[in-house]
Amino acid sequence: MSGFFRFILKRIVYMLITLLLISSCTFLLMNFLPGSPYGNEEKLTNKQREVMNERYGLNKPLGERYIIYMSGMLKGDFGISLQFGDQPVRSILSKRIGPSLQLGIQAMILGTSVGIILGMIAAMFQNSFIDAIVSLIAIIGRSVPNFVFAVLLQLLFAVYLKLFPIALWDKGFLSTVLPTVALSVSPMADSARFIRTEMIEVLNSDYIELARAKGMSEWRVAFKHGLRNALIPLITILGPMSVSLMTGSLVVENIFAIPGIGEQFVKSIMTNDYSTIMAVTMLYSTMLVTIILFVDILYGIVDPRIRVGGGEY
Amino acid sequence: MGEKILEINDLHVSFQTFAGRVQAVRGVSLTLNKGETLALVGESGSGKSVTCRSIMRLLSKNASIDSGKIIFNGEDLLSKTDKEMQHIRGKDIAMVFQDPMTSLNPTMTVGKQVAEPIILHQKLSKSEAMKKALELFRLVDIPEPEKRLKYYPHQFSGGQRQRIVIAIALACNPKILIADEPTTALDVTIKAEILDLMKSIQKKVSTSIIFVTHDLGVVANIANRVAVMYGGKIVEIGTVDEIFYNPKHPYTWGLLRSVPTLDDREDSLYAIPGSPPDLLDPPKGDVFAQRNQYALNVDAYYEPPMFKVSQTHYASTWLLDPRAPKIKIPQSIAARWQYFKSKKQSFKDKRG
Repeated sequence: MSGFFRFILKRIVYMLITLLLISSCTFLLMNFLPGSPYGNEEKLTNKQREVMNERYGLNKPLGERYIIYMSGMLKGDFGISLQFGDQPVRSILSKRIGPSLQLGIQAMILGTSVGIILGMIAAMFQNSFIDAIVSLIAIIGRSVPNFVFAVLLQLLFAVYLKLFPIALWDKGFLSTVLPTVALSVSPMADSARFIRTEMIEVLNSDYIELARAKGMSEWRVAFKHGLRNALIPLITILGPMSVSLMTGSLVVENIFAIPGIGEQFVKSIMTNDYSTIMAVTMLYSTMLVTIILFVDILYGIVDPRIRVGGGEY
Repeated sequence: MGEKILEINDLHVSFQTFAGRVQAVRGVSLTLNKGETLALVGESGSGKSVTCRSIMRLLSKNASIDSGKIIFNGEDLLSKTDKEMQHIRGKDIAMVFQDPMTSLNPTMTVGKQVAEPIILHQKLSKSEAMKKALELFRLVDIPEPEKRLKYYPHQFSGGQRQRIVIAIALACNPKILIADEPTTALDVTIKAEILDLMKSIQKKVSTSIIFVTHDLGVVANIANRVAVMYGGKIVEIGTVDEIFYNPKHPYTWGLLRSVPTLDDREDSLYAIPGSPPDLLDPPKGDVFAQRNQYALNVDAYYEPPMFKVSQTHYASTWLLDPRAPKIKIPQSIAARWQYFKSKKQSFKDKRG
């Protein structure tokens, strides 16, 4: 057990170093963005601009600003938004993180679980009609962008069938259904494709033959012995999959008018809202490194051969 | 010999491939008696494994059993449904596979893997099945069995893994154990250990064993009877002594001559000339004729029947036909018979 905790501790230290590097790079790059945070720049006089810069601390040299910002961030202070009436960035984001997180997690769970089931069925009935249908679904899901599905879902389920609200975030769980489904299409397609390939290989392996020789039914063999082994490579792509889900949600959030982080991020970049850009970048980066750590731990749970640090759990 | 437990009658199995239909097994008939070990020997592609897998009904999807019967307990296994076969597999007929490194599920503890067939067939609870698994671990000589039950396959050596595979096969006291080259992937010392284990287990649990191998040393060590396969057929079958000391089929001669012995006087090791027949288009007549230096004209046209040599010994070669010309059998093979007779005589003298 102690090996496992040492591993986690080591990884957390590495994560902090990664985050420090990301924040420094972003801070530097942001400085090269054209324009200024002031929306009506051309109407400002030099004097006004000086006053504003003074107020936001933008007149200080880059190094000093960096130190001020970083020391604030360590205390949990992400500064104030230059765009939204001087509200603290923290309170803006904390209001918006809920919907994004909920959608992301729901889409991930729905997408991978449906994908795993589809992939398994396709593998068990390899080269059959069902297999062809699953492959078709996977190809469509992979190649059609999720905002197309978003619009189609709105049209079918909200406009014609009137089962779900067309947009907004005011009907509780009902409001989350359509955006979740739209977002889950690509992880579903990815995992179905992966599981199918893996499962076909696993089902031809010796230990599956042995399981059949024990007298187990084909379904039992596939679920008890096949699935866990087929899942291992899927875990590898969980990280990249969540990243594409996070970035992909920007547009879907817009289509469904969901007050999420994605929408905020796009706006803040367009308006040079430095403190918000920094905060959202840090938020995304933290989520990503956490997911990567989580995936590494998950590896060990699924595959005893690669348990990290020699720990048993 | 004892009571019949399994009878294969004229089994034909073929595989559909891109190149055409491969006739892997072409009319195999044999019986397995209670408590005996029958060795199936022959080179790669002679149909040994396919015959075994047909008994388990575990052939790949492109295989088809074209004709024949496999009688077990008075019932034809080939006419059973998949569901009925699931009740027989692992319970009445169990199998040990060739490569212990890949035969165990890497993501499941070995204890669970051994307990699985017990839970499945004997309807025992998990904890009871684990107790039986522990007994099985003791039976196959795994050190510190209580602790090892919770280990994963990668924590064991190849020999130990094969012991675990054997434990899985023995879990439900099968009436027949099919061992498909269980020692081929192991090194020599481990091979000897596994063979000893199988012999001692057979004494304890009295199951019948079909032992597939291409290693004649292993055959001499473990088998009561031997069936020699070639080109999808059984060409000679008899007791171990009959096959080793009084072989009648030229292919068996070739096999025996290609094993080096301690008193070998030849400079180079004998090898059977040519290569095995193409089972996409099997030759007419005797399958072995093309590689047989003793081939007769008749071999090219007619397939030899199984000639009876003794009550237990049969061989399929025209050389045994009363009309066949007398040939000079290879010196080393003839010497075997002399050696055997003298050994028997000295044995009798000692007793006498």
